[in-house]
Amino acid sequence: MATATGIEIAPGTYTADPVHSNVTFTVRHFGAGKFRGGFEQAEATLQVSESGELALEGKVQAASVQVKEAQLAGHLKSPDFFDVERYPEISFRAVDLQVGEDGKLEVDGDLTLKATTKRVHASGELTYLAADPYGNARVGIELSTDIDRTEYGVDFAAELPGGVPVVGKEVTLTAELELVKPNQA
Amino acid sequence: MRILGIAGSLRADSHNKRLLAAAARLLPEDVEYVEFAGLKEIPPFDEDDEQQPGKAVERWREAIAGADGLLFATPEYNASIPGQLKNAIDWASRPPDDPVIRNRNAAVIGASSSMFGAAWAQAELRKVLATAGARVLDKDLPLPYALEAFDEDGRLSDRDVEARLAEIVGELVEQARISRELALSR
Repeated sequence: MATATGIEIAPGTYTADPVHSNVTFTVRHFGAGKFRGGFEQAEATLQVSESGELALEGKVQAASVQVKEAQLAGHLKSPDFFDVERYPEISFRAVDLQVGEDGKLEVDGDLTLKATTKRVHASGELTYLAADPYGNARVGIELSTDIDRTEYGVDFAAELPGGVPVVGKEVTLTAELELVKPNQA
Repeated sequence: MRILGIAGSLRADSHNKRLLAAAARLLPEDVEYVEFAGLKEIPPFDEDDEQQPGKAVERWREAIAGADGLLFATPEYNASIPGQLKNAIDWASRPPDDPVIRNRNAAVIGASSSMFGAAWAQAELRKVLATAGARVLDKDLPLPYALEAFDEDGRLSDRDVEARLAEIVGELVEQARISRELALSR
């Protein structure tokens, strides 16, 4: 993996702290407002090599999708949307990761959703704390990308009168991760 | 492997019951076919009754739970599906966190005595089933002029239509097998 790092991060394996990490999606609803949902079960790891190369990957359990309405959560798990029976995981693996000196993060990676893998570009920010109050190193990663859900077979297409889509095609996926490397001293 | 047939029409001499019977003949030998007989007894959906929905609803949910695939044959009433069929699906879509119909494989066919073969009703039924959480085949079988569509043995007289019905039934069985294997592997 090609990595350029403007921030010096202690080598090792960083794992997403579930309490301080969120993976969410945002989509246009009724052509008007925005609807947000997320995944309760998300995992991510960041490997930092001795030479400073970064390898980032993560996945969510599709069946852990959470929204504010139980009936809708059920519909999202069904074959109309995520089809969690056939496709239990949604995953991402970075293939090129660039960190600027200001922490600006640019990532190319492979997103796999419903057995379709596509290269996406995600942008965001990387922050670093060398030692938290417990001596653990922490990396904050915030990344987001826009995808066309229909390219991944999430093609629910109900319309309002006049042709306004009930659920937009463009979806913003966002990962806000706090990754921790335990203090081994 | 079991396929549950559900006719959306209640009357005894229903074209859609006849269509289900024709479909059942096309199932592989190792697949059991059961037709659901309790649609008329299902009471109107009422959230106040959800804690004790009664025997008719329990029998309906058990029939779905015991089936690997659901084959619906619907007539068309006023461009949509019969109210009693919609009502039964509403019961099967509850409770929302674990409804019996979620991920259940389903296929929709339909017959009418008119020239349209309940095509709109089939589209509506696919939408309702998918929203309730079922895995619905994106195919239909509109059988028009149902009064003349069957021969003396109950087979579809038009062999091309029979072949399309066999294709739908075969695909339903195939999807049900995939789901069964996935469930066993987990």
